[in-house]
Amino acid sequence: MTEPPEAEPSANGPLVVEADSVTRTFGPVVALAGVSLNVRRGEVFALIGPNGAGKSTLMKILTTMQPMTSGTARVAGFDVARQAQDVRRRIGYVPQLLSADGDLTGFENMMLSARLYLIPAEQRRRMIHEALERMGLHDAAGRLVRTYSGGMARRLEIAQSTLHRPDVLFMDEPTVGLDPDGRKAVWANVAALQRETGAAVIFSTHYMDEAEGVCDRLAVIARGRLAAVGAPAELRARIGAGATLDDVFTTLTEEVPA
Amino acid sequence: MTGRRNAVGDYLTQLLAVADAEVAKLIHDPWDLVSRAVQPILWLLLFGQVMAHVRGIAAGDGSYIDFLAPGVLAQSVLFVAIFYGLSAIWERDLGVLHRYLVSPAPRSALVLGKALASGARGASQGLVIYACSALMGVKLSLAPANMVGVIALILLASALFSTFSLVIACIVKTRERFMGVGQFLTMPIFFASNAIYPLAMMPDWLKAIARANPLSYEVDALRSLMLASGHSQFGVGTDFAVLVGCVGVLVIVATRMYPRLTE
Ligand SMILES: Nc1ncnc2c1ncn2[C@@H]1O[C@H](COP(=O)(O)OP(=O)(O)O)[C@@H](O)[C@H]1O
Ligand SMILES: [Mg+2]
Repeated sequence: MTEPPEAEPSANGPLVVEADSVTRTFGPVVALAGVSLNVRRGEVFALIGPNGAGKSTLMKILTTMQPMTSGTARVAGFDVARQAQDVRRRIGYVPQLLSADGDLTGFENMMLSARLYLIPAEQRRRMIHEALERMGLHDAAGRLVRTYSGGMARRLEIAQSTLHRPDVLFMDEPTVGLDPDGRKAVWANVAALQRETGAAVIFSTHYMDEAEGVCDRLAVIARGRLAAVGAPAELRARIGAGATLDDVFTTLTEEVPA
Repeated sequence: MTGRRNAVGDYLTQLLAVADAEVAKLIHDPWDLVSRAVQPILWLLLFGQVMAHVRGIAAGDGSYIDFLAPGVLAQSVLFVAIFYGLSAIWERDLGVLHRYLVSPAPRSALVLGKALASGARGASQGLVIYACSALMGVKLSLAPANMVGVIALILLASALFSTFSLVIACIVKTRERFMGVGQFLTMPIFFASNAIYPLAMMPDWLKAIARANPLSYEVDALRSLMLASGHSQFGVGTDFAVLVGCVGVLVIVATRMYPRLTE
């Protein structure tokens, strides 16, 4: 029995993402064809799909970085189109490209974020040092970020994006290009932050194994549509006994009409 | 009352965060500042020396080198500021721009923060040009009020041309195209102005362009404030009004366009 691909949140917290029929076209290219999605506070939510599926476009729309063609979306209780600044105050975003500035030190990058997010002056240094400590970057704080490994730079960006305790943290392919240790460190840190702050975490990936271990629910996205939304076990059960998440992925992305 | 003061304080915090980050980069890598100081020195030394012997340049009361020094200052501020659009495209390509745009900082604070950083670079050029001019015998005015005026002009002109450059960047969007357009714009802005020769020497069509060129107003005010015996042709009040007006319009336009650089 297949349910409509509508995200039904499992937990009972308030909704922090409510997307309704979000559509985005680039000329003739339909990047998103009516995506509806709900995520609750405290959830870890994965967006899984092949290259070009629309993951980044969805994230950019939800983080106010791009307008949508039609549909509506609320994030952290505010409309992304009409209350963009209120949304921005309450979210963190780790974009697909590295966004930490390589020509600044780790500490300077953190200070930049602390001031942009208006963390009170007397708390900045303490909060930055705590965050760098937690991310295992304390010893590297004075080094230019261009000397960091990929994993270190990602951890710094996560620290930058969470300093202001966002309600929702968006991460676009946060572990792409990292070695297994780097990936593990990223997820350990995100999990710890998530536990402490109760934020919702929404990330995209095309590694199924990664999603399975980390997320509460996932959405499979292909050609701008959500093919399925649910807990990993639920989706596996839908395809058949003994199915792996990879099977789920293959089956569902093939089902989506072009 | 308090709410209002906090809003202003918050805005300044965000604006200065952007400017400070740029200044920190300059401190990490001062080579850029050093290499950019070479060009104005060469202009003063070589161009200034040769042109001083060309008869018929009506350079006012002083020598040609006196006439040239403010023009060279304006030129180096222009060349530094015009680079900001390219750096914005660069930051977009790297992903750094997202970090700014996803923050709650008002877009105008981001634009003005970059403009201020450009002003800091311009001011460092000013220092070099003052030192070099003094060594070459230019009769500079060191009256505090004049110095403050010159700093204000450097900040205004930096804001004007860096923001203009940002607007161009938002239109052309790629590095390659910006390089082409940048070359094509910088030279006319410089040569179609009163920076290296007086308006009186120009044919009428060029004079008309130069009078519509904000750089001419910057140079005009600099001539009056930088030099001990300087005077302005348009009036310093007019010069400032033109510059402030241009900055105002460009900041409004850039504020609207800047976020679209990531689309
Ligand atoms: N700025 C753009 N201009 C034109 N097409 C775009 C743009 N951004 C994305 N697209 C197209 O939209 C689709 C979805 O892209 P994207 O969201 O980046 O996918 P993903 O992140 O899942 O790889 C792709 O077909 C892509 O080519
Ligand atoms: Mg992507």
